Amino acid sequence: MQKFFSLQLAFELEWWKFLAIALVLYTLIGGLLIDVPALPILHETIRNLYYHVTQWFGMMIILFVSLWHSIRYLSNFKMHHDFVAAEAANVGIYMGILGIVTGSVWAKFTWGAWWVSDAKLNGAAITLLIYFAYLILRNSMDEEQKRARVAAVYNIFAFTMLIIFLMVLPRLTDSLHPGNGGNPGFGGYDLDNTMKLIFYPAVIGWTLLGVWLMQVCLRIRTLNHKLLIKQFK
Amino acid sequence: MLELRMKYALNGILLYVISTVFVCYLSFRSVIQPTTWNSLFWIIMLFASINAVAKSFMQESRGRQLYMHTLASPQAIILSKVIYNVLLMISLSLICFLFYSLFIGNLVQDIPMFILCLILGSAGFSSVLTLMSAIASRTNGNLTLMAILSFPVQVPLLMTLIRVSKNAIDGLDPSVSYKFLIILFLINVVVATLSYILFPYLCRD
Repeated sequence: MQKFFSLQLAFELEWWKFLAIALVLYTLIGGLLIDVPALPILHETIRNLYYHVTQWFGMMIILFVSLWHSIRYLSNFKMHHDFVAAEAANVGIYMGILGIVTGSVWAKFTWGAWWVSDAKLNGAAITLLIYFAYLILRNSMDEEQKRARVAAVYNIFAFTMLIIFLMVLPRLTDSLHPGNGGNPGFGGYDLDNTMKLIFYPAVIGWTLLGVWLMQVCLRIRTLNHKLLIKQFK
Repeated sequence: MLELRMKYALNGILLYVISTVFVCYLSFRSVIQPTTWNSLFWIIMLFASINAVAKSFMQESRGRQLYMHTLASPQAIILSKVIYNVLLMISLSLICFLFYSLFIGNLVQDIPMFILCLILGSAGFSSVLTLMSAIASRTNGNLTLMAILSFPVQVPLLMTLIRVSKNAIDGLDPSVSYKFLIILFLINVVVATLSYILFPYLCRD
């Protein structure tokens, strides 16, 4: 047990996990300390760009991984793909919740309410509901193969709806978000490109952290699965 | 498909719609606002569609499903189901509209627009519900699950529909509503395509 917690383990981490830690720390510290453009209404809340927007980016990437593995499952029916798809969806939902909470805080201080009726906000809430339905659908079936197949089908459907509700609809209707409904995009606010210095590393950092989380969950799930098979032998 | 074999089911849905409208008439004696009129109408349509379309896979017995799969390809089955349900829902919504305006009064100023909106809306409801019914029937016909799966998709559909039909009721210029009609059409096409592609995987056992 003592050996488990020893430093030795920390050095056995792969390089990209160090990168994840470094990037997230950089985002947390740099995001709060480095100068930001002074703008009316937004003021210092513009720093939330480093957290709210990047978490949504991370969520999209992780959910895309989930979609990819669902498609792979339907083409070769290997259980491994189903496990990855399920865990990626879990982590994606987790990041989505983080994104919606940080967004809600931001909305309170710029638009004046925790929740406003906006095409993008409602789209985000609906997307999360669809993914919650995905989890419930998974748990409602016992038979493994069938669960994997039905869940993969629903996952493909869910991701398509995500594209429609988060990318297409807000652009067709009016939204308070930058870049939608005639508002200028955030690139216009970034006067001297310092924000990009944190924004892009933050996206990579959150995504890597998400992948790491997913890998740990995946390992647990695979071990449980092996244990289950062992019991029946 | 199912309802033509079971006449009582078709008549049951008709009676359901008419009696719901009648209940609304009894509870809203006085003249109601266009907004209330509109929302009430679409909520009736939503529940009628769930009742009408949910059956398409759930009430099929296991044996009959197997029999159908020996006769036709999965793509043919899902396409025929979607087309049948769309036609069913369109006729149901027109009947519902007729009785609704008979009992509660017709407030719509731009009727062709409203009917176009009815057609697109019922097509959307039935194509989403057909796919969800197919998925839910794999989980031992769980009706709660069906509601959970389809509601998130139905809500934005409903919101868009209410907005367009409000425009039609107020008799606004059609050019205001084109954008929303395109959205509705887009969702319909996407869902129908997805069901066509994904259904073969669902019925492989």
